[in-house]
Amino acid sequence: MGHAQIVPGSSNDGSVAEKAASGPDSCFGWSEAGQWNPVAAAWARLRPSGPGCGHLNPVAAAWARLRPPERCPAYHPIVLEAAATPESLIHARGLTKRFGAFTAVDGVDFDVAPGEAFGFLGPNGAGKTSTMRMIGTVSPVTAGTLTVFGLNPKRDGPKIRARLGVVPQADTLDPELSVLENLLVYGRYFDLSWGEARRRALELLDFVQLTERSNDKVEPLSGGMKRRLVIARALINEPSLLLLDEPTTGLDPQARHLLWDRLYRLKQRGVTLCLTTHYMDEAEQLCDRLVVMDQARIVAEGSPRQLIERYVSREVLELRFRRDDGEADDDAHIAGRLDGLAERVEQLPDRVLVYTPDGEAVAATAYERGLRPTSVLVRRSTLEDVFLRLTGRSLVE
Amino acid sequence: MAASTVWQLRPWAGASRRSVRILEHDLLVFRRGWYSYMLSGLAQPFLYLVAMGIGLGLYVNRNGGLPGGVPYLNYIAPALLVTQAMMAAAFESAWPIMAKIMWDKTYLAALNTPLGAMDLLVGDLMWIAFRATLLAALFLAAIVLLGAASSPMVVLAVPVAVLTAIAFAAPIMAFTATQQGDGGFNALFRFGITPLFLFSGTFFPIEKLPLFLQPLAWLTPLYHGVAVARSLSLGQIEPVAGLVHIGALVAFAVAGVVAGRITFRRRLEV
Repeated sequence: MGHAQIVPGSSNDGSVAEKAASGPDSCFGWSEAGQWNPVAAAWARLRPSGPGCGHLNPVAAAWARLRPPERCPAYHPIVLEAAATPESLIHARGLTKRFGAFTAVDGVDFDVAPGEAFGFLGPNGAGKTSTMRMIGTVSPVTAGTLTVFGLNPKRDGPKIRARLGVVPQADTLDPELSVLENLLVYGRYFDLSWGEARRRALELLDFVQLTERSNDKVEPLSGGMKRRLVIARALINEPSLLLLDEPTTGLDPQARHLLWDRLYRLKQRGVTLCLTTHYMDEAEQLCDRLVVMDQARIVAEGSPRQLIERYVSREVLELRFRRDDGEADDDAHIAGRLDGLAERVEQLPDRVLVYTPDGEAVAATAYERGLRPTSVLVRRSTLEDVFLRLTGRSLVE
Repeated sequence: MAASTVWQLRPWAGASRRSVRILEHDLLVFRRGWYSYMLSGLAQPFLYLVAMGIGLGLYVNRNGGLPGGVPYLNYIAPALLVTQAMMAAAFESAWPIMAKIMWDKTYLAALNTPLGAMDLLVGDLMWIAFRATLLAALFLAAIVLLGAASSPMVVLAVPVAVLTAIAFAAPIMAFTATQQGDGGFNALFRFGITPLFLFSGTFFPIEKLPLFLQPLAWLTPLYHGVAVARSLSLGQIEPVAGLVHIGALVAFAVAGVVAGRITFRRRLEV
């Protein structure tokens, strides 16, 4: 289990929130999810010291049953305690998501601090999107603790979502509305007045360079434009935390760089970014800190530089050899010659990767030892090397 | 969780005042094509009333007519009013809702705001009720223009039509949320909605149906809506029967919303 404890002073073990999750789950039959269960209600009334808010007055009990749960006093202490959890915007311990027998997220721990750009890096199916959907409070947590802004997603979903900006994987724009109307309607969903929604929408269209398209329908927009519009839409409520699920998948390089630029500006303004990606360059460009997810778990955590230092060498020497002249001892031969020269040697069908702090020197020594590669490339290690080291080279479908 | 939701005290529990925002969205979309919608909403009643009421009615009235000397036009006009609202509501709660859930995924975008699944259900139900009100009001205008009502109580056929529309829309929306494509809708309309349109006492009394089919009519909301609207329009009000019919319509609507809460949550909050 990866442990991404970074925020100073956040050594909270989640016990408060766990208590909130497992504590008095019924108040005159009102469950935390706001549902009333007659059996639990009857039970609560029969147990004076139980979780029945302490009312024994039947009128008060009937009143409590008819009112929404937030009127029920037993809930307040829990909310206040939960709000007192650390300065992390997102706090997860043992966070788990199961769909039937399938475990999409398997007990992950992480904290996201205000103002940072935090990334979930991982192959398809690693559990990134499921994690993001739980943070976005649209997918119920199966097990473990999760707080967002110190609030419990199970009970305070609408309150959390009011402060979140979400860029989902699919664009989910409304094809029946114009570019501007898409933003206006979304602003209204956040209870903005029409005037305020309009003011912000025009400002955001300018920010994402779509002002000239404001009255066009959404369908003819390019992929990059749609993504920018979705980002503008996610900003209409001036969120302090922006969740981006694969924000640039499928975009051309120009569109990606424009998007990165906008995200970077948001970060400068103090917006906390939390994103998933399987692009290493994106993670390196945008993330202060990231976790690598694989098969529903966190397998590594740190800044891009830290991860490279920890899991791979500073440089990678890539050697290619001609393979068609019948040298049967190829692999063993090459490995033998490179023996002892590097921290790690990886043989791929088409090339040999030598992980070393000094690629040039190793290349020279290899040449002295009689190796004659057809091409030699020395490059800095990237997050991609970390990623492949941690999640393997086999294709994940 | 699903088991306890059945015991919910209020059928609309989980919805907030924010569901009005969904209605607002739908009205914004409607703003683009409202005139053509209104035009067809007015043309259709005339087509039906003239073809069926006056054309077909000529033969019905000539061959002894209906009991009590009610003209056939007056007999079917309130039934057609209710049927039109019901058909529109059934359509609106199938394909367009599927688009919002699955094809355009605009529901998913809305769920990233403070809105919840029940707000979507209740909001779009209000929208369908709004459209049904428009259609029923236009139909009422056509009925009045053609002199096809026997009592001023016919204006009350409009709320009855809207209630019938909701009694259809809510369960169909609940059904839509369980579907993975629009294949089920074709079956629903072919074997459900269209037969109802024909055999719920719209064109002839259900007493003329084979005996074993008559109890089935009781199980469909349209029969109840048609019965009340007709008694209002003909001025033959039977309070007890009327209340039973209204109660049945309310029961269908409530059952639909409760089912919708379960299927919407199961579909959208996973």
